[in-house]
Amino acid sequence: MKALQRVLMSSALLLLVDNAQALDGKKIFMEGGAQPGAMPCVACHGADGSGMAAAGFPRLAGLPAPYVRKQLEDFKSGSRSSPVMRPLAIALTQAEVDALSQAIAAMPAPAPAALHRSEMPTTAAQQLAWQGAWERQIPACVSCHGPAGSGIGDAFPPLAGQPAAYLAAQLSAWQNGTRRNDANDLMGHIAKSLTAEEVQGVAQYFASLNVEAKP
Amino acid sequence: MKAHLITPAVGLLMVLPSHAATIAMEDQSQLVPHSVKSSASVFQPPAEKDLPDNAYGKLVRQGYALFVDTKRLAPKFVGNGLNCSNCHLNQGRLANSAPLWAAYPMYPAYRKKNDKVNTYAERLQGCFQFSMNGGTPPAADSPEITALSVYSYWLASKAPLGVELPGRGYPEVAQPAEGYSLARGAQVYGEQCAVCHGPQGQGQKVGDDYAMPPLWGKDSYNWGAGMHRINTAASFIKHNMPLGKGGSLSDQQAWDVAAYVNSHERPQDPRLVDGSVEKTRLKFHANDGVNLYGQTVEGVLIGQGIR
Repeated sequence: MKALQRVLMSSALLLLVDNAQALDGKKIFMEGGAQPGAMPCVACHGADGSGMAAAGFPRLAGLPAPYVRKQLEDFKSGSRSSPVMRPLAIALTQAEVDALSQAIAAMPAPAPAALHRSEMPTTAAQQLAWQGAWERQIPACVSCHGPAGSGIGDAFPPLAGQPAAYLAAQLSAWQNGTRRNDANDLMGHIAKSLTAEEVQGVAQYFASLNVEAKP
Repeated sequence: MKAHLITPAVGLLMVLPSHAATIAMEDQSQLVPHSVKSSASVFQPPAEKDLPDNAYGKLVRQGYALFVDTKRLAPKFVGNGLNCSNCHLNQGRLANSAPLWAAYPMYPAYRKKNDKVNTYAERLQGCFQFSMNGGTPPAADSPEITALSVYSYWLASKAPLGVELPGRGYPEVAQPAEGYSLARGAQVYGEQCAVCHGPQGQGQKVGDDYAMPPLWGKDSYNWGAGMHRINTAASFIKHNMPLGKGGSLSDQQAWDVAAYVNSHERPQDPRLVDGSVEKTRLKFHANDGVNLYGQTVEGVLIGQGIR
């Protein structure tokens, strides 16, 4: 009986803690962190976290919490360089980063329409995205980011439906070394092999993939 | 007189079995392939954009689709989570990654694996049975084998027949002098492979389908697949892994991590003899390159299979 009570109490407590964190994270997203300089995310990434395509601000909604946490840490350390995000990331406490990452992961994420590897490409951008360019050791984008660009696991973020300007800016950042926060330079060495035309091509391709909000 | 005529014939019949044994052939599918360093010397398969818009072109496209999306399109014949293109990179086009254009022109060929001359269709059936853990493979004249054969034939367009092309198979990476170490392999795996294949070798899925292939466990290749040999896996890994960074691991790292991967359980060898791992080891694994099947590692018998 005692054991049951303990289980019930601890699950209630867990619920409370969970809830508190979720509330916290959403609040930080909407209103900013406690310290000065921790501006609210909503200003650039939108109330639903879907970003702002025209300005090249990426969608955050539904990104895996470990991925978001790592990006904030990397903005802080400079391995992902961004004059806008760096001061914001520095102003967030560790607890705020954790709560925010959870809240962002929990925001309803759009799902790209299913695409299968069996499709044969018809454009140069599709060919790069679906098959790669192996004469330059470039694997298909979809090998790591998923057949429809929906992202895989915690390390490979979604590309589908992200703003073309954001995707192109990131590829440029990988190329010039201002972004170097990937595992084993997996992305860096690929980006460095892409031509300017290819960067634009794949950025536009993934941006053009229709994503539908999950109910 | 009659007796004299018969005697040589009988004698010939009698010596046939032992004679057959003494002319054991080299396994033509296992000749040491040459690796390709410079892309200038590599065979160039035709481009997809040049495919004719006719029945032949259509069949090539079907073969392509099956090759890169095997599990989803041929679920009846794929018992695990793999696609052909997991081990034959770039849709079967990449040199040093067992490209189809180098395989197709080498068949029919004698294979030790089943001790007979195999047609290309039979070779494909072997892939289904072992690498795809697919049970009874599609028939030689099935739509699957036909489409995959036609796709291979097309990739090999203008390749010389019966000539070993550079970049065929997974060119051998010799075992390092000090052998291999599972402990070091575990470390390489954690640092270089787990980000895609998962810390437990389980692969990663998008929806119901694997996007990154499982390397061991129930959804990976079985104990009869060529990739279960440490030497074969080491060669594949050295030339092709991590994806897009082929050649970046040392020979030692490739062997260590190949041994680590192939020290894990996977589906049983479908040729299992009398339910005995030991009998199966003696018959099929004892002389099959470097492998751990039927051996005991840290007190555990390897090769018990997983369902």
